[in-house]
Amino acid sequence: MADNGYNKPEGNSGIPRRDLLKGLAGIPLLGLFGAGAWSKQTYDKKIQEQILKELNIEAAVPPLPDLSGDPVRIGIIGFGIRGKQLMRALGFATPDWKKEMQKAAAQNPNDKRWETFATQDNLNLRVTGVCDVFDVRAEEAIAAGTVDGQDPPKRFRTYEEMLASPDIDAVVIATPDHWHAPMATAAALAGKHVYVEKCMTHKFGETYALRQAVQDSGIIFQVGHQHRQTQSFLTAMDVIKKNVLGHVSLIQTNTNRNDDNGAWQYPIHDQASPQTIDWQQFLGNAPQIPFNAEHFFRWRKWWPYGTGLAGDLLTHDYDRINCLLQMGIPDSVISSGGIYTHRDGREVPDVWQVVMEFPDYTTGTSQEAGKEKGLTFMYSATLGNQYNRGTLLMGHDATMELGNTLFVYPDARSTRYKDMLGNDLVKPDVPLYAYNPSSKGGDGITSATAAYFANKGLLYTYRDGKRVDSTHLHMREWLAAIRQNKPDLVSCGINEGFQEAISALMACASYKLGRRIEWDRETERVKNVTEEELGEVGMA
Amino acid sequence: MRTNNPTYSTGQLSALVILRMLIGWHLLYEGVAKLWSSGWSAAGYLNDSAGLFAGMFKAMAGSEGLMTVVNFLNVWGLILIGLGLILGLASRWAALGGVVLLVLYYLSHPPLIGVQYALPSEGNYLWVNKNLIEAAALLVVMLFPTEHIVGLARFFGRKSAQPVVTASGSTQPVSQEKAHA
Repeated sequence: MADNGYNKPEGNSGIPRRDLLKGLAGIPLLGLFGAGAWSKQTYDKKIQEQILKELNIEAAVPPLPDLSGDPVRIGIIGFGIRGKQLMRALGFATPDWKKEMQKAAAQNPNDKRWETFATQDNLNLRVTGVCDVFDVRAEEAIAAGTVDGQDPPKRFRTYEEMLASPDIDAVVIATPDHWHAPMATAAALAGKHVYVEKCMTHKFGETYALRQAVQDSGIIFQVGHQHRQTQSFLTAMDVIKKNVLGHVSLIQTNTNRNDDNGAWQYPIHDQASPQTIDWQQFLGNAPQIPFNAEHFFRWRKWWPYGTGLAGDLLTHDYDRINCLLQMGIPDSVISSGGIYTHRDGREVPDVWQVVMEFPDYTTGTSQEAGKEKGLTFMYSATLGNQYNRGTLLMGHDATMELGNTLFVYPDARSTRYKDMLGNDLVKPDVPLYAYNPSSKGGDGITSATAAYFANKGLLYTYRDGKRVDSTHLHMREWLAAIRQNKPDLVSCGINEGFQEAISALMACASYKLGRRIEWDRETERVKNVTEEELGEVGMA
Repeated sequence: MRTNNPTYSTGQLSALVILRMLIGWHLLYEGVAKLWSSGWSAAGYLNDSAGLFAGMFKAMAGSEGLMTVVNFLNVWGLILIGLGLILGLASRWAALGGVVLLVLYYLSHPPLIGVQYALPSEGNYLWVNKNLIEAAALLVVMLFPTEHIVGLARFFGRKSAQPVVTASGSTQPVSQEKAHA
């Protein structure tokens, strides 16, 4: 650069050549940039399209069912922690909760709980009855269900009275596990539609009775596995259908919690007393013991009322997988564990492992016929550590990590992706497919960034990019089935509930009896356990 | 913004132009890559903020309407800044804009002791990271303008004092009249 020269015109007119060269120096660089950026974009797109074409996964966006017509008249049985959540999913919250959430939202704009509730669709229903054996909760339920200009919901002292009422079309059951089947069966016999929380039942015998009652009555029956509404699960179903994973031989599911609330050390209400709680009604078919407030509020810790980790959490993990694979009831279940983290007088284990075997099940294969068959479902839980272990479906060709988001990683020794792996088109440590329903686009191959920012919560899912409570969608599906009188519309009906309940009960029986429990698919009975043995451990 | 222009040796001028164009290239591609990535949003990044201003960034991420504006400004800001720096047009304004964006990125994710981000950094940093360094480099680009020598501004800047590079390699500011003399 001897001199800039731009101020010295060369020739009689126009811009001096040196001016021109220096003035436009950025243009070639910009040209190079354009060519580079375009070629990178084309390359990335080609790879993405090639992979997506190979996988052919369709991100499902289910339509929301229609809810027109007269309001469905609902009775709520049980207004504890879950009962309150279910009522909110239906659109009814206690005044105290509303105030608390509005305050939380005002303090923290990222707190979306109030917004999610307030913008929920109206499900076109009325709460006409409430039933809770604890007076305080019954009053709260009435307050939540009261709408301006309408009669408040009626309090029924017993569920039998509620079921006898002509003002109730359907009931939502959110009681301790030992009451699920007796109430749901009575409701079906009374012709009332049922939404019942998991675990569907508490004992083997009542599971058959409930199935029979629901099938005979033709009521609309839904079990509370709201995960079935999670949009990523619907996409995951297509991943399985398209055999993207190859033969899945092992599934790993987990629970990791490390706090008192997660270990069911729920608060004991200061107004709890034999005067405010109908203790006899709470006990039901459980052993008769004197009033015990801890048993009432922390019932999950004792076998007569609950099923421990089985009913609370294994059922969710089992059903999440069963909705994808429809593998049904395992041929055998073995479980083991102990009370290692909360030695507070509880009966149920707090560290617990369950192994379910499905020796004849297959998701499909990419290898020669007959080489692969059989699947193990493993559930591993501790209430003394909250390190997050993902849900993994491990196939010969790929591994799927299943959550609110979805990641599929190719296996380094895959048969199906051998060529793509050889060409470095895909890599074992980079997702072959990623799905984040909170984003309106961005499907297909992704960077680690998307993975890190992935939403891991399971309470919410997305519809058209909007955050929605999955329980709300699950109940909406149930209400739509009631309106249209189509039992098949529900995604977790009596057959799915039967499979969930039997599988979980087999796991409990294995722990209690200290042996592997086998299932006879033909007779639909456990094989190697007698009625007496089941009776001895309170599960007949 | 300064209107007169400093003088440079050939080496200084080359170094400044290279710095300007490399940063321009980087910011332009950051903008273009975001533009081409469907569904891209800064919300995830902002939600992961830490430090003094984390509350403000998280509040921004929480507002859907605001994020539409923020994403638009960020993407098109990066593209225009990149183009300005590469082409040498309004490059001092572009540099200033770049400094503002980079300082915002820095404030959102300052490398503080004991702070972990969702996306791990590719190097090891303590208080100073590449965003801060790039912002400082852009300050140099802003305060030592070169677009009037190498850049489109050469065609538009004739009314202000212009530097010349002397035969010996140093530059002298000269007046418009003198330059045309």
